[in-house]
Amino acid sequence: MSEQYKILGTRPIRHDGVDKVTGRALYGADFQIAGLLEAAILRSPHAHARILKIDTRKAHALPGVKAVVTAADFPQSPDRIVDLGEGETPLSYIRGNVLASGKTLYKGHAVAAVAAVNVHVAQEAASLIEVEYEELPCVLTAPDAMRPDAPLLHADLKTTEFGEQTGRASNVAEHFRHLLGDVEKGFADADHVVEREFHTATVHQGYIEPHNATVLWNQDGRVLVWTSTQGAFVVRDTVACMLDLPVSQVRVTPMEIGGGFGGKIPVYLEPVAALLSKKTGRPVRIVMTRQEVFEGTGPTPGSFIRVKMGVRGDGRMVAAQAHLAYEAGAYPGAMVGPGGMCVFAAYDIGNVVIDGFDVVVNKPSTAAYRAPGATNAAFATESVVDELAEILGMDPIEFRLKNAAREGTRRADGPKFPRIGCVEVLEAIKAHPHYSAPLEGPHRGRGVAIGFWFNAGLQSSCTISVNADGSVVLVEGSTDIGGTRTSIAMQAAEVLGIPAEKVQPSVADTDSVGYTAVTGGSRTTFATGFAACEAANDVIRQMKERAARLWQTGAGSVEADAGVFRSNGNSLSFAELAARLGETGGPVIGRAAVHPRAVGGSFSGCIADVEVDQETGKVSILRFTSIQDAGKAIHPSYVEGQMQGGSVQGIGWALNEEYYMSDRGAMMNSSLLDYRMPTSLDLPMIDTHIVEVPNPGHPFGVRGVGEANIVPPPAAIANAIYRAAGVRLNRLPMKPMAVMQAIWSARKA
Amino acid sequence: MKWFDYAAPTSLAAAITLRAEHPGSRLLAGGTDLLAQLRSGRIETAFVIDVKRIPELNVLQYDPGGGLTLGAAVPCYRIYQDAAVSRAYPSLAEAAGLIGGTQIQGRASLGGNLANAAPSADSTPLLIALGAVCRIVGPGGERMVAVEDFCTGPGRTVLGPLELLVSLHIPAKPARSGAKYLRFIPRNEMDIAVAGAGVAVTLDDGVIRSARIALAAVAPTPLFVREAGDLLQGQPPAPEIIGRAAALAGEAARPITDMRGDIEYRRHLCAVLTRRALNAAIAKAQEAN
Amino acid sequence: MKQCKVRVETWINGEPVEFLCEPRQSLLESLRDVLNLTGTKEGCNDGNCGACTVIFDGRIVTSCLVLGVEAQGRAITTIEGIADGAKLHPLQQMFLEEAALQCGICTPGFIVAAKALLDSEPGPSEDRIRLWLANNLCRCTGYDKIIRAVQRAAAMAQEVKI
Repeated sequence: MSEQYKILGTRPIRHDGVDKVTGRALYGADFQIAGLLEAAILRSPHAHARILKIDTRKAHALPGVKAVVTAADFPQSPDRIVDLGEGETPLSYIRGNVLASGKTLYKGHAVAAVAAVNVHVAQEAASLIEVEYEELPCVLTAPDAMRPDAPLLHADLKTTEFGEQTGRASNVAEHFRHLLGDVEKGFADADHVVEREFHTATVHQGYIEPHNATVLWNQDGRVLVWTSTQGAFVVRDTVACMLDLPVSQVRVTPMEIGGGFGGKIPVYLEPVAALLSKKTGRPVRIVMTRQEVFEGTGPTPGSFIRVKMGVRGDGRMVAAQAHLAYEAGAYPGAMVGPGGMCVFAAYDIGNVVIDGFDVVVNKPSTAAYRAPGATNAAFATESVVDELAEILGMDPIEFRLKNAAREGTRRADGPKFPRIGCVEVLEAIKAHPHYSAPLEGPHRGRGVAIGFWFNAGLQSSCTISVNADGSVVLVEGSTDIGGTRTSIAMQAAEVLGIPAEKVQPSVADTDSVGYTAVTGGSRTTFATGFAACEAANDVIRQMKERAARLWQTGAGSVEADAGVFRSNGNSLSFAELAARLGETGGPVIGRAAVHPRAVGGSFSGCIADVEVDQETGKVSILRFTSIQDAGKAIHPSYVEGQMQGGSVQGIGWALNEEYYMSDRGAMMNSSLLDYRMPTSLDLPMIDTHIVEVPNPGHPFGVRGVGEANIVPPPAAIANAIYRAAGVRLNRLPMKPMAVMQAIWSARKA
Repeated sequence: MKWFDYAAPTSLAAAITLRAEHPGSRLLAGGTDLLAQLRSGRIETAFVIDVKRIPELNVLQYDPGGGLTLGAAVPCYRIYQDAAVSRAYPSLAEAAGLIGGTQIQGRASLGGNLANAAPSADSTPLLIALGAVCRIVGPGGERMVAVEDFCTGPGRTVLGPLELLVSLHIPAKPARSGAKYLRFIPRNEMDIAVAGAGVAVTLDDGVIRSARIALAAVAPTPLFVREAGDLLQGQPPAPEIIGRAAALAGEAARPITDMRGDIEYRRHLCAVLTRRALNAAIAKAQEAN
Repeated sequence: MKQCKVRVETWINGEPVEFLCEPRQSLLESLRDVLNLTGTKEGCNDGNCGACTVIFDGRIVTSCLVLGVEAQGRAITTIEGIADGAKLHPLQQMFLEEAALQCGICTPGFIVAAKALLDSEPGPSEDRIRLWLANNLCRCTGYDKIIRAVQRAAAMAQEVKI
């Protein structure tokens, strides 16, 4: 496609930029309101325990304490199934995770909360609440939780298998299976078969801003919420649901958000702050400590994965099998489904079976983390693919190209791919200078991998109001985590034919904009952008009518192109026409509410050069390149930024990040000192190459880019370590001690 | 945090008086350990005594004959910013640049690092290797304690309840000497040492006249491995003897298995780091004039 | 014994400032909750992320590990004091041009930290910049564009001097 866009593909300064580089932008914890109380939460010290008694008298007696709440303060309505955007769940599970009732299911599970005049008093009061627990045995990994004699987390949880309720009490909430062709025959036909097991540790999204919420249960009965969230409407719906209120009674104002990556979709603090506000009649703020972020929010599942793949001597993949057992944490809902969708998505294989298990364990209830479930699966698949390439004596990219998914390829989970960029990304890897650059020196190696994320569509709303000076205000509901208010504004600007600086984007509260789904799932530039385009088209349509009125001609004879309206020799620029709206009928407001279905998935690949210190096992990243299909890069700097950010999260996941758990289910490293995210000194520059295979389902061909880039790095690094040190690691993280132990084992063998 | 009161005395005598008046009080230098521990609840106090206004704790004085006097509250950055000190004790300046990151080094002091008595303290092994001595002041007067004798267990030192660590004294560097501290961390900065080795060697006529080796993070206190240094005495600096000294250091280590590493790995690292540090220190000594 | 706040006299962004705080309140809390200077952020409260970085008597520190009372008599620069009136500091301008921020929560800490570097060392190498900034965590950008922004700001500062 060789469209000449005026705005798309340029790099304007983001509209909220000055506020963010001067410290003026207001994030959730910056919000000020008169009469504010601060709250602190008491959390369970046990991985699995029954709550026998909660005594709050000493907390109440501390000077400065204004209110204390527990699960007993929730409305005591009967349980029901609800869908708050992440699938159907019992309301008792959602309430239970916010404030435990009956049992605590992980260390860090919230049990009670105190509102006081300042956070120090609140914390001290929380420590004075006396809770009597009966400790229960805990399970911490999926294989352990799946054993027949494993202690059960939920008495009422019964396994759903292949879509049907089995009535079997278990820690396995769901077992699904995808079948394609005949794997037995496929493996029988194979000349080479590799089967490997993999373990990945629990990791956290690691956003720098802790969760926060300020809530005022106002005297008129409305619950006003100010929070850093990926989805203001999710917060609204969840808070309303938990408190048995109609959604109209809750207004959520999304503040600026300091990172989310999926972890700020679930709701933890708002209902608690609401209950405290109701009791005190004052606004209440809760900000999590870093330890609470680790222990009381939603990391991504640790997993046990077995992958078996078979190839013919000519390099054709003939069969593939995956067993994916993902830890859901305390409540069902591990992202094993998406893992199943992505595990073999890059390849055209006719015989596939995928078994996925959603398993509860005594750890924090997991949440989405950037392409949730896919990184775990790709670590396994791409390691096995690398081994097979070596057995075949084929170049790793050529081997993948020979089997690459294309338009029309059927995935084992059902869909056929529409137009998709897997081949283009692989070709781009092959052609990239990094791929063929010499890598000299001992203990150095290069690895590659590819990954997929299907991306989401979901609902978005948008209004555009035209100002008399030729600028527009664009109101949308997608909280801006990475520059999307600008990429959305740019799309509207392209349609309207005006500069991006003339579009003033604004992220509105739930009273002020139509329903908009979360900022996540790589959907924002795609779907809210789609809405912005439609709203802009609506503006154009109305302005054509206004021009027609001025020129006393039919609206059908007016053309609009690149910001100029023309008819029969008459012409007016957007700004000139905007100045005359008052005299032609009044304000012009364009609107759109969309639910676009033709979502474009994104493939991403990476090349990693590493050096392994053979005496310590430490792995250094020498060079890293990320390549991704963006469909159409609206703002290339922000597309590059997504690729770089996801790559570095993948590098951290590969090398050092993990929840280090004691036998009794306590996270030992719940600080940013010992939960080791990469620092600037741990990395080289992250080179990027954007591939554009347009998505036919979006006016400009946009594919979401936020997520797929985190999928391949751990496997690429594992493959690089193999070439550098001769050892294949099957556990994440590949920390120095693990690499050293692998080297020692190899030497003994 | 629970409430505490605060005072910033301007003399040693005033500080000691405050200590006597407030049993359980804590001394505040850089605050990078104290505040984190108060906030996490690991320690509690009702009274914090800020020692940064006491002149003796802020001294940074070097003379080639007498050596280096390093006040206990002198922040890391002052050490590596001082041209004379950095030239005279490059290993010390380098070690000061390893603690935490730039911001931590803007506050944290080697004296505080030592008095916090974490087994993993990054500056202590090198201080031991350099033969540094602690000047301790209390109501009864003052005393000197070798750095290797200062820590008695994790978080515990020889300081009495009314005593303060005032300064560290690093002897004048002999001609033809070199020192080095190397630690192993999984990232490249910020981490607590999994293992660390601080060494100092002095050469004489082509042989090692003396060597001192100390380890971090592999015992309840920073560990002075006298026998490993003694092994090198009188020996020409050859790979075989260096390897044996390093192996001895590894054997002397008494690490535990925790979230930062297991016993076998840490012992192994001690040998590797000791060998690498010795090679670096010897090279520096051979260059030095 | 009555718990009394302490009166602190200090200099913030070039202006004399007086405030009251409890001894247990950190400088970070004092800036944000007492003085309404919310540009400095809390990320971890234990010195490991750098989001709370301020310049304290010429050195960058993590303000979460400094007590408010320790600011007595000191000079502090926060993100609110980096711009020169209506004119952005070159670092701020380059962060915008290089798209060196995504969520922006770490940005104040990085800009303050980088300013201290450029003020003391003209023309730092990439390695030097990375080492200096290793106490500042970013989870969104992978650091690449941040380093480029600092390099460009350093180059701008060199040009001005010539």
